[in-house]
Amino acid sequence: MSRGEYLLRRLGFGLFVLLGVLLVTFVVSRVVPGDPARLYLGPRASPEALAQVRERLGLDDPLPKQFVKYVASTLQGDLGYSFRTKRPIIEDLKVRLPATMELVILSTGLALLVGVPVGVLGASRRGKGFDQVSRILTIAGVSIPAFWWALLLQLVFFLWLGLLPLGGRVSQDIQLHHPIQMITGFYLIDAAVTGNWIAWRDAALHILLPACVLATYPLSLAVRMTRASMVEVLSEVYVTAARAQGLSEREILFRLALKNAIVPTLTIMGLVFAYSITGAVLVEIVFTWPGMGSYMTDAILNKDIYVLFAVTLVVTVIYIFVNLLVDLVQAALDPRIRIGRGGEA
Amino acid sequence: MDAGTCTSAVPLLEVDDLRVVFPTPRGMVKAVWGVSFQIQKGHMYGIVGESGCGKTATGRAILRLIPPPGKIVGGRILFRGENLMEKSEEEMRRVRGRSISMIFQDPAAALNPLFTIGQQITAIMKRHKVAHGEALRQRAEQLFEELGLPHSRDLLECYPHQLSGGMQQRVMIAMALCVESDLLIADEPTSCLDVTIQSQILDLLVRLQKQRGLAIMLITHDLGVVAETCERVAVFYLGRIVEQGAVSEVFRHPRHPYTQGLLAALPDPQRWGSPLKMIPGSVPTPLEAIPGCAFAPRCEFATDTCGNVEPQLVSVGDDHLAACFLYAADPGKGRGRA
Repeated sequence: MSRGEYLLRRLGFGLFVLLGVLLVTFVVSRVVPGDPARLYLGPRASPEALAQVRERLGLDDPLPKQFVKYVASTLQGDLGYSFRTKRPIIEDLKVRLPATMELVILSTGLALLVGVPVGVLGASRRGKGFDQVSRILTIAGVSIPAFWWALLLQLVFFLWLGLLPLGGRVSQDIQLHHPIQMITGFYLIDAAVTGNWIAWRDAALHILLPACVLATYPLSLAVRMTRASMVEVLSEVYVTAARAQGLSEREILFRLALKNAIVPTLTIMGLVFAYSITGAVLVEIVFTWPGMGSYMTDAILNKDIYVLFAVTLVVTVIYIFVNLLVDLVQAALDPRIRIGRGGEA
Repeated sequence: MDAGTCTSAVPLLEVDDLRVVFPTPRGMVKAVWGVSFQIQKGHMYGIVGESGCGKTATGRAILRLIPPPGKIVGGRILFRGENLMEKSEEEMRRVRGRSISMIFQDPAAALNPLFTIGQQITAIMKRHKVAHGEALRQRAEQLFEELGLPHSRDLLECYPHQLSGGMQQRVMIAMALCVESDLLIADEPTSCLDVTIQSQILDLLVRLQKQRGLAIMLITHDLGVVAETCERVAVFYLGRIVEQGAVSEVFRHPRHPYTQGLLAALPDPQRWGSPLKMIPGSVPTPLEAIPGCAFAPRCEFATDTCGNVEPQLVSVGDDHLAACFLYAADPGKGRGRA
């Protein structure tokens, strides 16, 4: 199988999953108790008005027809209206999604960049001081409640040390005097592209604490996964062989063994990435971060069900995309995943 | 060591009273205990014994690659007169792969599955600075051709799983030879291969020994292989050498009851149809402390002395040593063969 074929196959599989999720959200939306028309118009709407809205929203059509319409409009980017904000959901998401993605990408990146080397060193110094300390810290890292950890960091860095802001994406005076021009919705990118360094610094200070809190779990997981698979790889004969060939310990650890050991870590990180998007809820609330988490919470509290379906769908798409990416990276790393190339020579 | 005057007198490798232990929760395992032998330049030296007798640990100890928590607790390893035990880790890295190379039992496990053959062999040459740039590939291809590997240009782009076991072992040998080392430690190089491929690899090793003047330390459990290829042999039992000497001498006149048992256990076409002979009992776990001779519990000639005092290697013939009390008092005469 060539690399292109592999890509197509994975892509086709992703589309299949997406269709399944569309079907599930559709079915759930028709099964949940409550009349969408009544939700839309409020409790005191007249029967005529309700009938009119049902007609307009196509709620009286046969279900298969409704499903086709639903899929078609979704694919065109129409995710429906929010009852609460009275705006197209897609417009809300354009602001909310980048805020969360900036946080999640940064924290996942941090987790990989710090977690993998720490895991490698832990495995190579197995049982020594460094390994023991990192084991204790990572156990704490995976078990600490995010909101408590967030509050603790706020206490230290905002209240006691006064080094970092309490919450939000940028300070108010920066918003007034050095507004960030919206391009991608990622403040750090937008500010950098437009050369707005004052706002960049401010945004960076704001994202630091929430990113650290959100990174704690994936970072600890990355350390533990990498350490575990490194320990296994380091006991392989090919590592002894590499030592017998006189290769340096650093080359063996970070070039040869890590390539073998990082595959399971990447799989886990792909899964955790999607989990972080929804898992960011508490972190976003504590840091008043205007992202998907607070949007979703408001939707739940207000029975804004179309927002919930839309969010489910968006998270699914991101999930499929990230895991596709992980699959492709793994296939690039491990020739045996791209089966059949050449075979026995 | 004054290399100018006594080069020929100094053996290429001299292992002297080597001791390797592995601490385990249930006690200290003496994997290698007081092993001494010498390998001359350009010779093939056989090390035979059952699994767990310390032959692999001996091979790895020479490169100081005993996996922790195991460690070398005593002895000297002199390579060209220099004590490897006294070298720093960095100096050892220059010895490994450069002066002494190693090949392994299972070539499929000894090749990194995620790197091409070309990447793996050039990494070694780069590391030891024997070639640069395009010369790396040329040198690898030349070597592949010499070792009987076909389509050498494509081979560099192949991943290990795309090769057969025999080709993988040839590639391992190429990786061991790409920096022209003087000693090759071959740890059961044919045990994982098909019988037909086994003889090809052995022939190849013999050819390299003759053509390149390469010294080979052949670790194996196959007495037949040693008889065919080696000049000298050491028989291991539970971390100790029980008999050593010239192959012709040791195999024709085995003195130690263990060696005698091993040779008697080989299938013999003249005794076709009769059951194979075997050594009674089984190898004790290395954790059991055995006072005296380690083989005594299984030995039909064992006396009270054997159970209490450890026998030393004594001369039992021309270029022939055995560690057995049968010969201690009167070397050269034994109580016959099994």
